[in-house]
Amino acid sequence: MATPDSAIALNRFGLGARPGDAPPADPKTWLTAQFTRFEARPQALAKVPSRSAVIGQLADYVAQLRMDGRSKRRAQPTSLSAGAPPQADAQPDPLKRFLRQTIRDDYLTMNAARLSSALTTDNPFAERLVYFWANHFAVSVDKLPVIGLAGLLEFEAIRPHLFGRFSDLLIGVEQHPAMLVYLDQAQSIGPNSEIGRLAAMRGGKQRGLNENLGREIMELHTLGVRTGYSQADVTEFARALTGWTVSGLARGPAARFIGGGDDGSFTFAEALHEPGDRVIMGKRYPQQGEAQARAILLDLAANPATARHISTKLARHFSSDDPPQPLVDRLTRAYLASGGDLPTVYRALIDSPEAWAPKPLKFKTPWEWSVSALRAVGQRDIDPQAAAGMLNQLGQPTWKPGSPAGWDDIAASWAAPEALMRRVEIAQRLASKAGSSVDARALAQKVLPGEVSDATRTAIARAESPQEGLALLLVSPEFVRR
Amino acid sequence: MLSRRFFLSAGGATVAALAMPRMVFARANTSRRFVFIIQRGAADGLSILGPTGDPLHAGLRESFDQGLQNGAKLDSFFTLHPALAESAKMYAANQALFVHAVASPYRDRSHFDGQNVLETGGSAAYQLRDGWLNRLLGLLPAGESKALALSDTVPMALRGGNQVSSYAPSKLTGPSEDLLQRVAALYEPDQQLHALWSEAVATRTMAGGVEADGLNGAAIGSVAAKLLAGENGARIAMIETNGWDTHSGQQGRLAAQLRNLDGIIGSMRTGLGVDWANTLVIVATEFGRTARPNGTGGTDHGEGSLAMLFGGAVAGGKVIADWPGLSTAALYEGRDLKPTTDLDSLIAGALAQQYALEPARVMTTLFPESRGTAFAKPLIA
Repeated sequence: MATPDSAIALNRFGLGARPGDAPPADPKTWLTAQFTRFEARPQALAKVPSRSAVIGQLADYVAQLRMDGRSKRRAQPTSLSAGAPPQADAQPDPLKRFLRQTIRDDYLTMNAARLSSALTTDNPFAERLVYFWANHFAVSVDKLPVIGLAGLLEFEAIRPHLFGRFSDLLIGVEQHPAMLVYLDQAQSIGPNSEIGRLAAMRGGKQRGLNENLGREIMELHTLGVRTGYSQADVTEFARALTGWTVSGLARGPAARFIGGGDDGSFTFAEALHEPGDRVIMGKRYPQQGEAQARAILLDLAANPATARHISTKLARHFSSDDPPQPLVDRLTRAYLASGGDLPTVYRALIDSPEAWAPKPLKFKTPWEWSVSALRAVGQRDIDPQAAAGMLNQLGQPTWKPGSPAGWDDIAASWAAPEALMRRVEIAQRLASKAGSSVDARALAQKVLPGEVSDATRTAIARAESPQEGLALLLVSPEFVRR
Repeated sequence: MLSRRFFLSAGGATVAALAMPRMVFARANTSRRFVFIIQRGAADGLSILGPTGDPLHAGLRESFDQGLQNGAKLDSFFTLHPALAESAKMYAANQALFVHAVASPYRDRSHFDGQNVLETGGSAAYQLRDGWLNRLLGLLPAGESKALALSDTVPMALRGGNQVSSYAPSKLTGPSEDLLQRVAALYEPDQQLHALWSEAVATRTMAGGVEADGLNGAAIGSVAAKLLAGENGARIAMIETNGWDTHSGQQGRLAAQLRNLDGIIGSMRTGLGVDWANTLVIVATEFGRTARPNGTGGTDHGEGSLAMLFGGAVAGGKVIADWPGLSTAALYEGRDLKPTTDLDSLIAGALAQQYALEPARVMTTLFPESRGTAFAKPLIA
């Protein structure tokens, strides 16, 4: 029997109902049961390229670039004397083009696998949490080296820790090659480290500390902006993080210093690490090596500011753009009392009346809308090019938010005139593909149990063709929100 | 090279409301061509071919259908809508034939159900699982035909055991004008969505509207002709047109719809060249519209409507109608043109003549639930 809560469980907590989904009789149990049923590596993700393959392609690409750079420098005097511009860029190297395409294919495969997992999962609440955390720990594929790695961050670092402690999730993410490369940590060098001193002696190119990852961990991943840490704290944290890098990215002499294998695994390179104690927000960290940054991360994860930051974002995602304070307080208490145990926080959320308010509270993001629309028409997978094209057109290319802050989770960022027109266009295309075999009148009751307004019901019934009826269902006010 | 039975579905959102007409083709071993054009949404037969000679017409529709004053007078009774200029020329050349007050066996007023009956050839919705156009393929010498599936879906009329495939041009088309209007109505009570939508539509209009990104009728007809023409051309085609559900603003919308339909047929004639002589085109809709205009400048769902036959193969230049009259007593349930001719019989008769098949066999194969008999009047020259 469908109750208002079963529709909310399916659509607000889940990813949208499929035609065959029975409305859960006990919505809360249906949600908590997903904690244990969740598969970190479901069938849909079985065939994504491995990390060592992606890292290998990337290393080859970078090596090719270096080689081009050297030959271009050598060729330059000749071309200058001949009065002609350098030719190197006019004809892109076929090998370079091939590698670029290979890396791009990795991305397309991973995006399609992600979508396929969203369409076939029986644990849609858990999958929604994956997307929540992937956006919280955002990387963006507008940096070439990240294109093939972004999906792996989600599959390898986020999914396995989804129902563990926040601190484990945090460390898993910060040690993943995608994050280390995206926020420039892999190249950060302690000025007084072995390599730092060597470089200073040679007086070569200015290379040294990079604060990018340290800053974003504090500002975005844990404490939140303006929560009491200073620029000095950021710099100290960056020093502690030196040595955290990726094996297999460097070729040639540099690889010697980094050590580890060549498979893209996290590695601690002592030769890059800034020696000495660090002091952050008044606390001294005497640990040496990898343990130093790890200890700092554990403290950051336990900080009340982090608890509040995470709770606010979760509350926003499941209740409203402007999350109610009592809900945020309740989640914060659950986080702190459990030592950042994520299932405890999720349970507090599920038990909060604010998340079960009957009126739709959130305007779906393009990803959410696409997934729910494809689920509604019963599609189980999608051509990789078509998947990327659709999300591009809707304005939310996967893993490409353009900044480490991730995509906004408020309606103002998504509810725009042209964006709405795009949804109507895609709805018409999906409906036309579904053909006249789908009866939108019956489907509406199944995917929005008890939630279909009279206006929508009438509009669908009066549509001039089954396809038009289906398109109207997919863009109805009930369906574009959750 | 089109050496196999195939199906094409070409997208095109066009001016006003002729939205995304789609084409479907199939090849059979015969030189005769048949094209079925479906008008989804219930086309208003009384506006398309006005019974201006009926003494009650003026009272019912004179101001509503004032455009008919500029239309071609086909005889002392019927006037063709002026947007159908090419069609009128074909009528003069005996290549167009109209059958009025016609309807499928369906007597309710749901588009979905009505189209299902029209396409399956059953007597009730969802009674049959395949389409009459597919069953027609079984009556024709099939040769070495096989399916070629390129994209998009096969419409109900062509679905079934005989192989048919689909093709759609890669260019994606914008949403139909009709859908845009319905979305506007759906968003009307929703403050946020209404504001966003109004702006989106205004921008679209400024940018030149949907005309720019879709194919117009003439272009669709040309594509269809290319795929039908010549020795290796397809033999059977279906073109879907949407946007006929004119509950409001009918005069402008219907004129635009008809211009596009006229364009499809005109450019098919041009593009087919010598093959036009062997071609039969049937245009039909799921049901008609109310005889009286409604309060919003349109008409509501009705019953009897119009079927149109075009082509060099057609014994044209005439209107066939067992005219039921327009008095309230003569109207079906006091509101709709009463159907006096059975669309199933008309289609079966026309196809039996076109392909020289036994009429009774065509009737029972295409419309197995019907108790009627195939039209015997000469439809094909």
